[in-house]
Amino acid sequence: MLTINKLNFSYGDMQVLWNIDLAVHEGEIVTVVGANGSGKSTTLKNISRLVAPQSGNIDFQGENINSLESHQVVERGLVQVPEGRKIFPEMTVLENLRMGSFIKSARPTREANVERVFTMFPRLKERQKQLGGTMSGGEQQMLAIARGLMTNPKLLLLDEPSLGLSPLFVKIIFEIIQEINKQGVTILLVEQNVFQSLKISDRAYVLETGRIVLSGTGSELLSNDHVKKAFLGM
Amino acid sequence: MTFSVLLQSIISGMLVGGVYALIGIGLTIIFGVMRVINFAHGDIMMVGMYLTFFLFTLLGIDPFVSVLITMPLMFLFGALMQKVFINRVLSALPQNQILLTIGLGLIMSNSAMLAFTSDYKILTTSYSSSSYSLGGISISQPLLISFLITCAITVGLYWFLMRTDTGQAIRATAQDREAAQLMGINVKWMSILSFGIGSAMAGTAGALIAPTYYIFPQVGSAFTLKAFVITVLGGMGSIIGATLGGIIIGLVESVSAVTISSEWKDVVVFAIFLLVLLIKPSGLMGKSRL
Ligand SMILES: Nc1ncnc2c1ncn2[C@@H]1O[C@H](COP(=O)(O)OP(=O)(O)OP(=O)(O)O)[C@@H](O)[C@H]1O
Ligand SMILES: [Mg+2]
Repeated sequence: MLTINKLNFSYGDMQVLWNIDLAVHEGEIVTVVGANGSGKSTTLKNISRLVAPQSGNIDFQGENINSLESHQVVERGLVQVPEGRKIFPEMTVLENLRMGSFIKSARPTREANVERVFTMFPRLKERQKQLGGTMSGGEQQMLAIARGLMTNPKLLLLDEPSLGLSPLFVKIIFEIIQEINKQGVTILLVEQNVFQSLKISDRAYVLETGRIVLSGTGSELLSNDHVKKAFLGM
Repeated sequence: MTFSVLLQSIISGMLVGGVYALIGIGLTIIFGVMRVINFAHGDIMMVGMYLTFFLFTLLGIDPFVSVLITMPLMFLFGALMQKVFINRVLSALPQNQILLTIGLGLIMSNSAMLAFTSDYKILTTSYSSSSYSLGGISISQPLLISFLITCAITVGLYWFLMRTDTGQAIRATAQDREAAQLMGINVKWMSILSFGIGSAMAGTAGALIAPTYYIFPQVGSAFTLKAFVITVLGGMGSIIGATLGGIIIGLVESVSAVTISSEWKDVVVFAIFLLVLLIKPSGLMGKSRL
């Protein structure tokens, strides 16, 4: 579904991604784990075309998306829920959700999708008139995921959805990710919560200073010595 | 000074303030979406004034009717300016953006000077000096009409921003440009739209004051400064703030002109401006965004 081939990227003259090869197949949950600053968010920004790849190819459903603009990528069904949630602070919860279905193809399913995400996140329904900026961190994360779902994504990129959340919220978020996947949305997850995310992943990649150093199924990586030492403190 | 003179100045201050508000709203929308301060704002207004002047003198179109022509034309003018020039500097250093908009403004005012000389032009309609009188207070007819048009435009714009998908997408772009991109919003297009709307507001303000002001190539610079004061006073990026700011500045100018003297009105305006910023550095409506 998504194939990344020899992706290189630099901020100015500092190269942060080196020959990244990565694939996500339809229906999978794929995770990229890596330490702070290893280039996880930068990889997702390249995919969403928030930045322009320096070299290499990104293909989505057989189409090269290197030359598309960010909004065109979204129209193809490739949607990112960014790190730090990026809720529209001066818009209500409902307005934030409605912005999620801004693209033409998502407008007809707008009302149905609002109902769908309200069932998934009852807390959002209770707070639909509250301003996004005044929601708690966990609520904002729910809203960010719900807003992403409003676009009818085929592939959802999630950048550290459990960051800064209490254990209860982390549990809810990981359950939701699995539920979304069961409903037919392919997931590319970036996480520092390595144990939880590998447990729910079909496959995973380990990123270190901008290079993929390991890949395998979730359970393979969970029992990998390097992963155990570097991320699980074992 | 009698009470009725004071009341009179309050009313005309409000009416002029409405047009100031329109100029401020234009600047605040552009700033809100692009984080660019448009130093050509007054010059865009000047273009609107000349447009109105020539539509009147050459084609005989009433200045208030010609708003229907001026507004869309100024929208296109601004949209084109954004597409050709400003979109290129959105991620550049602020000083480069400032230089670009100042430069564009200079080009506009100097072109106007070349084309129309620096003579003052006056647009006189049959009703330019007529007024309604109401219990001893006279209300200038052109000022009242322009105020009513301003109100209609402001309400319409507010409705557009709050109630339509495109309007909401403009607000989303102002609040978080990257998140807007991730929602499939074409932020470059939203920037073009916003600069178009901002210019349409400035151009319309120019059209509305054309019957009551001198029209000359340099008229814009004073209004750029005024627009800046209005938006900072109201809180950069807030439409309600700019509306409030415009009316306050109009009131202060008018009232201080009759209570102190018209030479002092700018001093009073800036004194109040500084006072508000001392008490509330982020402006009346705080840092709220579009
Ligand atoms: N806008 C930028 N300009 C310059 N350098 C940047 C920029 N954004 C990120 N970097 C650098 O690129 C590298 C990779 O950053 P990135 O945000 O992709 O890391 P990450 O793996 O997502 O980290 P984290 O887990 O902390 O979110 C880091 O060294 C970072 O400092
Ligand atoms: Mg990151």
